Amino acid sequence: MLPKSIQLPLSKESVLELRAGDIVLLMGDLLTARDAAHKRLIAEIEAGNNLPVQLAGETIYYVGPAPAGPSQPVGPAGPTTSGRMDPYTIPLLKLGLRGMIGKGYRSEPIKQALIQHQAVYFAAVGGAAALLSKQIQASEIIAYSDLDTEAIRRFSVVGFPVIVVNDCYGGDAYADGLAEYGPPN
Amino acid sequence: MTQLRELPVDKITKAIGDLIQESAYALPDDYLAAMRSAQEREASQVGRIMISTLLENSDYAASQQIPTCQDTGMAIVMLEIGQDVHLVGGGLTDAVNAGVRQGYADLRKSVVADPLLRENTADNSPAVLHTDIVPGDRLKITVAMKGFGAELMSRLQMLPANSGSAAVTEFVLETIRAAGPNACPPIIVGVGLGSSFDGVGLLAKKALMRPLGQPSPQPHIAQLEQELLQQVNALGIGPQGFGGSVTALAVHIESFATHIAALPVAVNLNCSAPRRASIIL
Repeated sequence: MLPKSIQLPLSKESVLELRAGDIVLLMGDLLTARDAAHKRLIAEIEAGNNLPVQLAGETIYYVGPAPAGPSQPVGPAGPTTSGRMDPYTIPLLKLGLRGMIGKGYRSEPIKQALIQHQAVYFAAVGGAAALLSKQIQASEIIAYSDLDTEAIRRFSVVGFPVIVVNDCYGGDAYADGLAEYGPPN
Repeated sequence: MTQLRELPVDKITKAIGDLIQESAYALPDDYLAAMRSAQEREASQVGRIMISTLLENSDYAASQQIPTCQDTGMAIVMLEIGQDVHLVGGGLTDAVNAGVRQGYADLRKSVVADPLLRENTADNSPAVLHTDIVPGDRLKITVAMKGFGAELMSRLQMLPANSGSAAVTEFVLETIRAAGPNACPPIIVGVGLGSSFDGVGLLAKKALMRPLGQPSPQPHIAQLEQELLQQVNALGIGPQGFGGSVTALAVHIESFATHIAALPVAVNLNCSAPRRASIIL
């Protein structure tokens, strides 16, 4: 069975339909940001400044891509560890961020915030950066270009495969996996 | 008197640059064989999809000559320098870092000059350099391009002397449980046992350099490697953390003498992209 496709930016209805463990293909535009860009975004918010990007309805992919080769829009671009972005995430959800893509555990407060703000956390396959870059058709730096790989980019993706880790109902695919294959509690 | 063999350091520069380029694009055969065998025994369907995706990724990267993973890491360079080698033509550390700059020219720059100021060095230098002086007139270079998703989840503890293998096992399992999906499983687990605070971390790193499928030559250590692997896989974390029977491909232990007061243990994790290669000059 082919995974279903989901349009970006995510609609509220799409978020409500997604359940932990769903494998989906993303189509459309998303933003990229990782450690350094998050630190700057939060500093701007705390200083009361306008952000260089609008976050309402957006999805952020935690990635620092490799340089593009000839005739590639972007180099290999797999997910980085999401937990490092936990301390910065709630202010972004308050501004309307609706989706995040990364890999690895999120903290309890973030899982609760996903329920409260009706947002979703996806994982892409960590280490599959070369394959994932095939699904990125365009890449443009839109802020913090001095951060190089850590700049904020806009990616246009087609059929970008992700798994829902944490849905907006408290579902958690990592916890489900441990419950099924791990030792009894 | 023993004849010294002259070795120009620019040969070291070139060798390191070449090793980095090769390992960025192609994962080692021993790892690929271990992954294919893991795919057959993985119980979870999602887990099997994850492993086949990683194998497909590796094929694609090699065919396109692009990096398997965007995080081509920080260069860890280990040199075994024969004591009858005379290095000429420049400084050794400079030559190593020049090799790193050449090798990473087209790769991601993931190194900052200062851990607090965090300005990117823009050329991925410097390397973390370890040297051993050994008998002979050869020089062996091992380069690991260490991704930091798994490095970040690695741990070290100074256990008290009589803790024994049970406490070592608990510390290894605790580390891997906490790492979960963050370390990009199926992982390779490098364990250092003994030595001192500084030495045990390097033992763990060296354990990651051993090709998969080669148990420790010491029978009691080889047995602990097997027992640990079974217990790690019983955690159920599975490929990419979505649950399953293959959390680690191997546990490798390197041990060394230690003090009567302590049982140092270090657990260095490697993600499912072990970029490592060696050459003898």
